[in-house]
Amino acid sequence: MTYNYFEHSLEDINKALKNGDLTAVQLTKDTLDNIKKTDDKIQAFVRLHEETALAEAAAADEKGDFSNVLAGIPMAMKDNIATKGLETTAASKILADFKPVYDATVTKKLKDDGAVIIGKANMDEFAMGGSSETSAYKQTKNAWDQDKVPGGSSGGSAAAVAAGQVAYALGSDTGGSIRQPAAFNGIAGMKPTYGRVSRFGLFAMASSLDQIGPLTRTVRDNALVLNAISGFDQNDSTSSERAVPDFTEKLGESIKGMKIAVPKEYFQEGLSNEVALQVRAAIEQMKTMGAEVTEVSLPHTHFGVAAYYILMSSEGSSNLQRYDGIRYGHRAKDAKELEEVYKKTRSEGFGNEVKRRIMLGTYSLSAGAYDAFFKKAAQIRTLIIQDFNKVFEDYDLIVGPTTPTQPYGMGEELGDPKTMYLGDALTIPVNLAGLPAMSVNAGFNAGLPIGLQIIGRPFDEQSIYQLAYAFEQGNDFHENTPAIGSNY
Amino acid sequence: MAASISKEEIAHVADLAKLSFTDAELDHFTSQLQEIVTLCDEMAQVDTDGVEPTFSVTENVNHLREDKADNWHQKKELLAEAPDEAADLIKVPAILHGEDEA
Repeated sequence: MTYNYFEHSLEDINKALKNGDLTAVQLTKDTLDNIKKTDDKIQAFVRLHEETALAEAAAADEKGDFSNVLAGIPMAMKDNIATKGLETTAASKILADFKPVYDATVTKKLKDDGAVIIGKANMDEFAMGGSSETSAYKQTKNAWDQDKVPGGSSGGSAAAVAAGQVAYALGSDTGGSIRQPAAFNGIAGMKPTYGRVSRFGLFAMASSLDQIGPLTRTVRDNALVLNAISGFDQNDSTSSERAVPDFTEKLGESIKGMKIAVPKEYFQEGLSNEVALQVRAAIEQMKTMGAEVTEVSLPHTHFGVAAYYILMSSEGSSNLQRYDGIRYGHRAKDAKELEEVYKKTRSEGFGNEVKRRIMLGTYSLSAGAYDAFFKKAAQIRTLIIQDFNKVFEDYDLIVGPTTPTQPYGMGEELGDPKTMYLGDALTIPVNLAGLPAMSVNAGFNAGLPIGLQIIGRPFDEQSIYQLAYAFEQGNDFHENTPAIGSNY
Repeated sequence: MAASISKEEIAHVADLAKLSFTDAELDHFTSQLQEIVTLCDEMAQVDTDGVEPTFSVTENVNHLREDKADNWHQKKELLAEAPDEAADLIKVPAILHGEDEA
């Protein structure tokens, strides 16, 4: 492959397509070849859309218009984002063979830009999980060490990008599902502000928390992809009408004088020494670059996990009522009565983690538990938002670790939901408050990456990118490539 | 302090959620949900008197479109996704039982 995703940015590839040094069809064929060479080890893709991808590439070549930076370049779509006529299953058996009759808004935007959708990335079933192990189809591996989990729920998206299979992928983030796998695979992952990117066509998990965002190898590529997918959409009632700035605009601007807050609570509660060390070093680097760093307090951080699991599972159990075996998806074969259709279909079609969350949500919303659980959680959400608002009165950005630990071994946490849930403690508050936040690679320990999280004010993704870019350019972490890449 | 969840309660919740479990699965879910609910019980430590709950962080009230019927002309594609169809309609098992059927 003349052009590979480790050495060439989106803009490099775009230039080659413009110059005629490369065609979209050649690039797509090479990309498919590379995926086939490595995916038996990584298992990032639930399925490839070879035929339509090659057709999309041929159309881009024929049109010959590469004025959009994404035109003709293959990407991976998380398996919970609708693509018209192409299987989209949320890694669940209940949606086996399901072909949406419409494109998600992000899908349509990318197609309009001439992007090539090469396949669907594996994920935790219905995005419920943090290791991609709850997928009904396959187990994605970490790009750096195939004995470790890739994180989740957007584990396939992150591993595909980190392994150099694609230039970029889309994921979704409800409690950390873009940032945590980005951290585990040493890449850049952005969860935009709630309302920035349309959720139309994203298979809903928790509607007040879900947000689609880009996973890329570099910060600049990430900003370019967010440019392409942002903006108001009539089809999403929570979509923001705010103008979308150019997210690359502040890249390269100095961070001198930038006011950065470091919450002391993010360095407590089960944070591993290795993660703390690397993140502290990253903060030192920012200080050296002129940022003003101050320790602050987000006092309700500890209660985020409990509040999140109640709210997420309540919204999730309501959203997943639609999978009833009637209009689409799996229907139990031998059910004779309607009630039996519902129960058998859902019991056969959903995996254990999904059932667990449906049960927790249904319980939280039930008459006896509503006040102590659902309402209480929603009140704690208010307190968490107030904590952030207070800090953002005086600071531009908040910085800390993305995850308390580094990637763990396959199956280590699957049997213990409580431990797995606590792994989301540092990403969850951002979703509860609807803030934008990004994870970037902050270095390695024992060959495995560590993520740095940067949190911004609502709709200020630009400042996050500015700091992330300055940080990235000040080190060489992103230049490391996993061993799997030597197969290309 | 931790609310205790009985197996009967879990069976009731499963019924509400339209899920069926074997007896062993019910035991398993009861103990796991008990553990999660105990974790969530720590919320009681937080003083939320007078705090308004937040159910959404959207800055919009709601976007309403014009009240105009739209036809997506996708009957064929939609029916193709249905598990069972007949005469251009989605077919489902009987929900009402007449005397002769019962």
